[in-house]
Amino acid sequence: MLADRDSSLGPMKDLVLYLTDVAGPLRFAPYELVAMVAMLLFGAVVVFGFVLPVAGITSWLERRVWARIQSRVGPNRVGPQGFLQWLADGLKNLMKEDIIPSAADPWLFALAPYLVVIGFVATFAVVPFGDVLVIADLDIGILYITAVTGLVVVGVLMAGWASNNKWSLLGGIRSAAQIVSYEIPAGLSIFPVVLLTGTLSMQEIIRAQGWAPWHWFLFHDPFTFAAFFVFFVAALAEGNRTPFDLPEAESELVAGFCTEYSGMRYLLFFLAEWGNLYVIGAIVTTLFLGGWQVPPVTEHPVALAVFQLATFFAKAYFFVFVAMWVRATLPRVRVDQLMILCWKYMVPIALVNVVGTAIWMVVVPTSLGRVVAIAMTIGGAALVVIFFRRVRFHLRRARLGPADYYYSPFI
Amino acid sequence: MPGVPLQHVLLVGLVLFALGLYTVLTRRNAIGILMGIELLLNAANVNYVAFARYSGAPTDGQIFAIFVVMLAAAEAAVGLAIVLGIYRNFESIDVDATHALRH
Amino acid sequence: MSLSVALFYAFAAFTVISAAGVAFSRNIVYSAFALLGTLFGVAALYVFLGADFVAGAQFLIYIGGVLVLILFAVMLTHRIADGAVSNRAAGGPAALVAVGLVAAVLGRALFKARWPVVDVLADGPTTHAIGDGFLGRYVLPFELASFVLLAVLVGAIVVSRKELRS
Repeated sequence: MLADRDSSLGPMKDLVLYLTDVAGPLRFAPYELVAMVAMLLFGAVVVFGFVLPVAGITSWLERRVWARIQSRVGPNRVGPQGFLQWLADGLKNLMKEDIIPSAADPWLFALAPYLVVIGFVATFAVVPFGDVLVIADLDIGILYITAVTGLVVVGVLMAGWASNNKWSLLGGIRSAAQIVSYEIPAGLSIFPVVLLTGTLSMQEIIRAQGWAPWHWFLFHDPFTFAAFFVFFVAALAEGNRTPFDLPEAESELVAGFCTEYSGMRYLLFFLAEWGNLYVIGAIVTTLFLGGWQVPPVTEHPVALAVFQLATFFAKAYFFVFVAMWVRATLPRVRVDQLMILCWKYMVPIALVNVVGTAIWMVVVPTSLGRVVAIAMTIGGAALVVIFFRRVRFHLRRARLGPADYYYSPFI
Repeated sequence: MPGVPLQHVLLVGLVLFALGLYTVLTRRNAIGILMGIELLLNAANVNYVAFARYSGAPTDGQIFAIFVVMLAAAEAAVGLAIVLGIYRNFESIDVDATHALRH
Repeated sequence: MSLSVALFYAFAAFTVISAAGVAFSRNIVYSAFALLGTLFGVAALYVFLGADFVAGAQFLIYIGGVLVLILFAVMLTHRIADGAVSNRAAGGPAALVAVGLVAAVLGRALFKARWPVVDVLADGPTTHAIGDGFLGRYVLPFELASFVLLAVLVGAIVVSRKELRS
């Protein structure tokens, strides 16, 4: 079905070949049908077993983390520590009446949330979970991700227009302008990594790195280091996250393009937003942080797959946590500041990164490159240490008693 | 594409071209005309990629297709900037409304 | 008929039907969203024709760029209430005759010509070959295209700047 189906199916190809073999249990079915059904089933397992729970749990965790940062408790009633809050919220929204305003355009109004969700879920086709755990390792992986994300823009514009409400329309246009603008620095920040690896495939990009931090592209050279930050900030802006959540600025635009939505369709927008955080984390992990690369401690294939999955998930979810942290810390920017930040600062910096990486690849010999990578890793570690020392310093200066703060995540 | 004759792929391109031409000829709305042009370019692109696929050497045709996509984006950007300019001057994007230059 | 052939025809039908939506819809916004269907369908056809990189580029540039620009222009230039009359068409019958003639000529050429088809199964990753082509055989057109894009960038800004027109 896909142009490079044989290379992209990976381990599933063996299973399909076994099933459709002359002696296999499905020898009457055509190869293509079995391959397609297997792909769809795997995709369904990933969507219902991973994407939806991760998006839901992220919504609960975000409220808890946020509450913790603001010295509140947060949702803690449904289940242990409120862990099942996301299920309760989801159920509540599903049971709600699905209102389509009489002045709205019913078809486009109903279709828009699905476009947004498709644009988000489709990225999981190439997001890796481990060396062999990937739905389809497309040859154009990272291009595919940036491309299908474009559906979100169209869905948002559709929602804004179909609602027939000026706040919705303005929110939709604002959101689309923001996403389209920040796609440029985000796309340009992918280029340094593509230059270094010479491939667009997610798995090949990960294989070009190693498990150790000095093999990560984050610490490859100063330009990739800068590209990492540009990409993460631009991705946060693309995901409509604070400090770039202007499309949902309640004080200006009610709820932006989702003002008129209710029930399940409203939920779908937020499912895409929370789930998108994980996608951002996964792309950052793939491009700059060595993906699922693990130290060679085990040969057992299942143990290795679990270890890789855990490593990748931990790295990716760390960035989800950073996004929550940023949201609880920073105020919202103004719309003109948003555009100035993008066009006057991030696009030029991203361009310098692309050219700089290209020059670095030509000029710097391998041995010097290795020294730089190790020096940058040490510098990164020093930054983390300084960060924790500052935190301790401020905690001391605040003269907090032992009752004022505690390390346990549970209340 | 084994199993699909080249003519059927070209037929898709032909129908797209005809619909695009019809759009360009009949629309009075400048943005509508631009959409028709996009259809025409897509029709040409389908042919490029189809010929590339059925000629045994896929790269050249695909590179041409990418050039077309690139220039279509450029054309859309300039075209829509002009449309917005017309809208500002004439309060309309109807191409019949822009007769001022004739007199 | 194998599954992928059936899927190919399904996507071809989808593409053509949504293109008809672009051509005949009375509402410019519906035309724009029908264009989404056409562009998506064409991208799918590219995948079936073994052009995965072109499909990705089509998706990224057309849907993420051109279509969004068109939607912006639609939403900025007409009042939402005018939806029903925004997409006036004129000269339908005459245009239909002209288009019919062109289509008849092209269709006759299409089915009468003998196409030298080499149907080798050349499916596989195309990204490397396309990259080599851009920086090898087609490097001059490639550089010219970047020059054109720069000119377009400057031109679009000049045309749409407010203070220059008053």
